[in-house]
Amino acid sequence: MDTLNALVAFLNFIVIPGLAYGSQLALGALGLTLIFSVLRFSNFAHGDTMAFGTAFVILFTWWFQSMGITAGPLPTALLALPFGILATIAMMLATDRVVYRFYRNQKAKPIIVVIVSTGVMFVMNGLVRMIIGTQEINFGDGARMWLSPQDFKTWTGLAEPLAIKGTAAISVMAALICCALLFWFLQKTRTGKSMRAYSDNEDLALLSGINPERVVMITWIIAGALACIAGTLYGLDKSYRGIVYFSLLMPMFAAAIVGGLGSPVGAIVGSFIVAFSELIVTSAWKKILGYLAPPDWLGDGLYQALSTDYKVAVSFGILIIVLLFRPQGIFGGK
Amino acid sequence: MAAQRNLILFAGVALLFILTGYFQSWNLSLNILNLALLSCIMAIGVNIQWGYAGLFSTGIVGSVALGGLAVVLVSSKPVPDGWAAGGPRIFGALVFAGLVIALAVWLYRQLKPGSTRSLALAAYLVVAFFIYRSILDAGVIATEANNPAQAGNIGGLGLNSLFAWPVGALLAAAGAWVIGKIALGLREDYLAIATLGIAEIIVTVMRNEDWLDRGVKNLTGMPRPWPVPLEIDLQVNPAFLEPVASLGLDPVTASTILVKLLYAGMFGLILLLLVWGCERALNSPWGRTVRAIRDNEISSAAMGKDVKFRHLQIFIIGSAVVGLAGAMMTSMEGQLTPSSYLPLRFTFLIWVMVIVGGSGNNWGSILGGLLIGWLYLAVEFLGPQAMDIVTSGMPAGWLKDHLQDSAAQMRLLSLGVVLLVVLRFAPKGLIPEK
Repeated sequence: MDTLNALVAFLNFIVIPGLAYGSQLALGALGLTLIFSVLRFSNFAHGDTMAFGTAFVILFTWWFQSMGITAGPLPTALLALPFGILATIAMMLATDRVVYRFYRNQKAKPIIVVIVSTGVMFVMNGLVRMIIGTQEINFGDGARMWLSPQDFKTWTGLAEPLAIKGTAAISVMAALICCALLFWFLQKTRTGKSMRAYSDNEDLALLSGINPERVVMITWIIAGALACIAGTLYGLDKSYRGIVYFSLLMPMFAAAIVGGLGSPVGAIVGSFIVAFSELIVTSAWKKILGYLAPPDWLGDGLYQALSTDYKVAVSFGILIIVLLFRPQGIFGGK
Repeated sequence: MAAQRNLILFAGVALLFILTGYFQSWNLSLNILNLALLSCIMAIGVNIQWGYAGLFSTGIVGSVALGGLAVVLVSSKPVPDGWAAGGPRIFGALVFAGLVIALAVWLYRQLKPGSTRSLALAAYLVVAFFIYRSILDAGVIATEANNPAQAGNIGGLGLNSLFAWPVGALLAAAGAWVIGKIALGLREDYLAIATLGIAEIIVTVMRNEDWLDRGVKNLTGMPRPWPVPLEIDLQVNPAFLEPVASLGLDPVTASTILVKLLYAGMFGLILLLLVWGCERALNSPWGRTVRAIRDNEISSAAMGKDVKFRHLQIFIIGSAVVGLAGAMMTSMEGQLTPSSYLPLRFTFLIWVMVIVGGSGNNWGSILGGLLIGWLYLAVEFLGPQAMDIVTSGMPAGWLKDHLQDSAAQMRLLSLGVVLLVVLRFAPKGLIPEK
């Protein structure tokens, strides 16, 4: 029995990665849920929007690095992030002007707009491939570890190391800051209130003089900014490949639907549910259990419920359970 | 008038194939034609779902993959040792899983609603899952240890791969039943999201479960479907060589072309049968019910039509047609490569075909399938050529290299643009619904 080591291993393999991944998902799912509540469709292009924004962040990062500008212990990508966000917002607004506005004015059925968004997804995916290619890119620099496993071991004298990756810590902090700003904006500012009013009841909002085009524009700006931040953090944490962002759609949708599609709080809670479920189901528990049970009890198994290849099955399973038993989600979306 | 216009459209597409044959090679042209015909069948399946009933599924690739899996199970050569090592155990685990789920559903209906029921069922399912894994794992390890370089799977039945086609349709139909039961009747986006997930899971299973289909090691050397001979057999067969020699053709080229023509004939025949059946169904009371539901669910429900049941039925039929095409494709290629099942190629490309051709119209789907199918594969040789012309005036440098490299990536971009343009400016497609 060695509870302390087991706890450290649990923190190291489940809690910290779960918090980081959950934060990244939350930023993406927030964008999805905002677009859903204001524009009323499920945006299939959201994953590729994240890839698009990240591609620009990488380009700016390279440019800064070539000029010798770095952020010291922080990744240079954080300096490049504002420029990537601007590029993403520009792309979002252009897409809305060229593509989505037409269907909004027509009052097209939501499912048509969903299909349109798959067309946008194609275009964005193609652009990302043309801009930056399909290869794996590692654009993180600065201090890799904020808490190195060696230091932790010497300080505490425990057998089990605890490491905190810089990118994980930055992800959690960025998510906290973004969520705080977003909720302040939605609750306190006039524009935020008009957004909520528009999403609650479109006709009533129009009647009270809210300009729908402005609400839509602000929604795209926020969703674009969040998508770019989420994509960059994910890319910093796991290394960037433009084509993997498509497969983030499934966990993000699952997160948004679990919380209740259209509810920002729900999207955040849902993201952490999805992230922790994925880790709990696909991690090998042998190491943690090894500290808790006598060694000869455990045998050779890895104590892993599903191999990591089946991550998508976890978010899908959560989605199915919610659709079967509580389609409106935990926080009762639309 | 409309008929004349459609004839011209089809003639135009035929011309594309003829030009490809003339300027590139007839083998390439026929190859594209066969894949395009298969895409047409898939497009018919999607059109049944979308055009007839307005169901948007993003899991087409899952049905295609299930069709391919059927070919593996029915017609790949048996591996008696692999089956003996772990087959019965794996099979037992799967039966156990089925029973567990059936019992869970039964219990869920019998027990009183409440948190006790939820907790008890969750605990039951977790325990059952670990029992299932303990049964399955030993079998999987035993099977995969059997000659992993060449086999490592449970093997197939070794039947003619023609038998696999209906099995592929059945497998895809079963998958569609499960997902349709869950996701139909909710918001229509939920079907799109749920099918996206199930398709990804199906492909992941096929990529990772080596005992089933050798996973990424690929399963090769599956037999041809019944009337199609192997090229090397033809090349030594005097009954084939004599007429070819008298015509003055090269026997190697002639044999490959004959094989491809045979496939084209089989696929074309099945396509025509399907279209005939679909047209009959559309003009029957069933077809009118389905279209009425699509156009106004509430009023059809008020007329006493069971909307959810019809949706489920159509979702299953459409997926079965796609599964059939998936099985036909794998049996033509004679091998299963799970990593080739990409959603962009098999889900969204088929969608573009249906929408460009004209949703709701079977002939439109065929036209879209042939046109987009040709375009998708022709871009492979046309794209770099076009980029060469564009960049010919440029000085050599990184921009020129970058543009030439990115020509290969043009495909997605152009498909997306085509989809957006058609949806905006010609939402009814090339051949609109009557």
